[in-house]
Amino acid sequence: MSTQITETETESETETEEQPAGDAPAVQQRRRMEAKRARAEEEEAERTAEESALDGETYTLKVFRYDPEVAGKERPRFDEFVVPYRKGMTVLDALIYARDHYDSSLTFRHSCRQAICGSDAMFVNGRQRLCCKTQLSDLSNPVRVEPLPHQEVVKDLVVDMQHFYDQMDAVEPFFQTNDLPSGLEEQHQTRENREKIKMSTRCIWCGACQSSCNIAAGDNQYLGPAAINKAYRFTMDEREGEDVKQHRLAVVEQEHGVWRCQTQFSCTEVCPKDIPLTKHIQELKREAVKNNLKFW
Amino acid sequence: MHEHDVIVGGGGGAGMRAAIAAHEEGADTAIVSKLHPVRSHTGAAEGGINAALRDGDSWEDHAYDTMKGSDYLGDAPAVETLCQDSPEETIQLEHWGMAFSRDEDGRVSQRPFGGLSFPRTTYAGAETGHHLLHTMYEQVVKRGIRVYDEHYVTRLAVTDHENPEDRRCYGVVGYDIKTGRINGFVANKGVVVATGGPGQMYDHTTNAVANTGDGAAMAYRAGVPLQDMEFVQFHPTTLPSTGVLISEGVRGEGGILYNSEGERFMFERGYANNVGELASRDVVARAEQTEANEGRGFEDDSVMLDMRHLGEERIIDRLENILHLAEDFEGVDALEEPMPVKPGQHYEMGGIETDENGATCIEGLYAAGECACVSVHGANRLGGNALPELIVFGARAGRHAATRQPETAQIRTGPSAKTEDGSVESPVALGEVEAGSDDVAADGGALLDATPDAVVSRAVEREGARVERLMERDGVNHAEIRADLQKAMTRNVNVFRNEAGLKQALRDIRRARERYVDVAVSDPSRTFNTDLIHTIETRNLIDLAEALTLGALAREEFRGAHWREEFQFRDDEKWLKHTQVAWNDGRPELYYTPVILEGEDGKYEPKERSY
Repeated sequence: MSTQITETETESETETEEQPAGDAPAVQQRRRMEAKRARAEEEEAERTAEESALDGETYTLKVFRYDPEVAGKERPRFDEFVVPYRKGMTVLDALIYARDHYDSSLTFRHSCRQAICGSDAMFVNGRQRLCCKTQLSDLSNPVRVEPLPHQEVVKDLVVDMQHFYDQMDAVEPFFQTNDLPSGLEEQHQTRENREKIKMSTRCIWCGACQSSCNIAAGDNQYLGPAAINKAYRFTMDEREGEDVKQHRLAVVEQEHGVWRCQTQFSCTEVCPKDIPLTKHIQELKREAVKNNLKFW
Repeated sequence: MHEHDVIVGGGGGAGMRAAIAAHEEGADTAIVSKLHPVRSHTGAAEGGINAALRDGDSWEDHAYDTMKGSDYLGDAPAVETLCQDSPEETIQLEHWGMAFSRDEDGRVSQRPFGGLSFPRTTYAGAETGHHLLHTMYEQVVKRGIRVYDEHYVTRLAVTDHENPEDRRCYGVVGYDIKTGRINGFVANKGVVVATGGPGQMYDHTTNAVANTGDGAAMAYRAGVPLQDMEFVQFHPTTLPSTGVLISEGVRGEGGILYNSEGERFMFERGYANNVGELASRDVVARAEQTEANEGRGFEDDSVMLDMRHLGEERIIDRLENILHLAEDFEGVDALEEPMPVKPGQHYEMGGIETDENGATCIEGLYAAGECACVSVHGANRLGGNALPELIVFGARAGRHAATRQPETAQIRTGPSAKTEDGSVESPVALGEVEAGSDDVAADGGALLDATPDAVVSRAVEREGARVERLMERDGVNHAEIRADLQKAMTRNVNVFRNEAGLKQALRDIRRARERYVDVAVSDPSRTFNTDLIHTIETRNLIDLAEALTLGALAREEFRGAHWREEFQFRDDEKWLKHTQVAWNDGRPELYYTPVILEGEDGKYEPKERSY
């Protein structure tokens, strides 16, 4: 006898589930349905209580909806959700409330809810923002929530990120060096150099910058602010060495690279991690010029 | 059907480290992950990576601190492996370009952390996990490792032998979130499960929404025991309104905790007379909760964490991220005022039982990271030990899955390691509501000696049927069930526990399970159906919550993070052993295995933990 978990069947609420073995399936089915009906009534009562609590302050979300394969949803539209407001509520909290209370098909990406996974960047009241760190109280009511512009919409607020990932891949986004110390020895890096690349390493790949960039919108091959920032992160890292730096500058100097940037600062404005993206792009332009001058 | 040598389920730190290691062994490796890898929760880790790198420190000291921190429930071979491999793995990250914080001489910085006898926590600001995750993904890209992102692994393809130790894992079933297609993934050599923690079973947690314990629940239902699940870490410093984590680094750098009477209670109330705020996490969490319970907290039952005295320069240099978190999520300017904090669910010490090579009792099935329990954290994890765990055991699991070297493990796993049956009185029936459900045993159906393809195909077929059923019928929405489960766990399986509360939790979990019989997906779409995903996740949370609560009710002692009102002492006589909960024929079975205190240099003698 290996299982010695004793079950004392004293709780009345479990009795209905422990069916006598001989019961016909139809009887069991009826019991389940009765239990389900009872629950439904209970839930309905809960919900009514909840809605009557909506007397307080509310926010109205106007949410972009689109589902290519469900009849009636394949044409883009806006749905309205009224959510009860409590202090500190973010756009993400409101979306979750709408989904869990009104429409479980409302679709959006989110995970960490603390501005580090980068999956809930959306277009909120006309600007790219991370929903989890955007307080409702900072926005005018109603709040308009749309998917990131200039990206293909998969469904509702979810966009296809593949192009963004491809652009990131294009700058060889990994550390390269030819002389690694051996064994447990570290590569040394000065504090100043670490400080120089610090902001660039904060990128969470949310795609807000790319979506806000007019140039990227018109030129699908333009590397874009996020990928160029990734290149900056490595180009400026003193541990990679001079040869690799030359190679990296060649990558960002390509036809659809840094020179496409028209210094409009939209990427810098929307970056939820405050990365000075435009500045980084300009610095790479300067490095590239300096580099070319050397060979004159 | 996709085919690779090694399939890694989960694309966080442990999963990617496993994939890189498997790839380096020459295996054709793929990552199948619910999220794109850079979205993984490893990115939220803040504090750092413990590694003995400096003169004056040693892996032996790290191992001693870890055993003590674990309240002597860690297994010495696992703890020693962690501490021996961590320096090399940490420097490996440096060699891959990770942007560690630096000392004046250009070497990586280290700082003090709770429960450590040496300042051995290597870090990158207060966003170490973010840097680790991105560095790891860069290496995955560099090596061209195939990533199936936004593919949710919902089932393991395991043969249906009666004894779990005779079973074999041949692959996984992955649900392509974008298209709704259910795909089979055949693994010629091995499957590594690295799906992270189950924090979403609580409503106040530092964990991401995606942390639903999928891998642990799947391995559990396939026949691998879950070990020491009752040991849940409640982090002492989370923001009251959201559960967002405020790194232990704040206390490491000198942050101070105050109660509403202005007392530095860790000292003044005698919780930890020697190290105060730097005591182990369980000690600090209980102290805070006690202060709140006794009326010396602030609203929301919180206490205050003050770092203003550290000065702006030091804060910006080492803890800048904390300023942003406090401002964005609590509306507090931490340079000007203290931050309210309270304990929140943070880390599950228990999980899929593995040996120090990441192997489970099912052939071909490995696990690493928070979902696994190789038993390095025992009853309480030290801050800064989660990241070394995922690089060390991620690498080992990947390597072994790729080569299946017959390297002998010192830790035995599976039912045959059992030394004692468990006994606990549950107020309700446990396990499956209806017998005969296809979730009951392993997922390969009756196929015992079939080809890998056949076993995986069968699992795909069953998963298809399950999804079809969920999509077609009408019924209860998962969100209600999940919210009730989270409330039940937070109410009764929290920092403080007692018998009545734990029994109530079992009743509540049972009720969640019964309602889940009627769960249904209302979104009819095959495109990015998050309704379906959350429905499947909720089932996983129910299974894990039950195993956890069962272990907590059975363990009649006070050890590490597991505090029991009725049992205010550590009982080494009876309880120096690991809890195992195994899913047998649709019901949890409870048994115990011994703790291994024998290390390379002799025995770790259980001592009273004082800080």
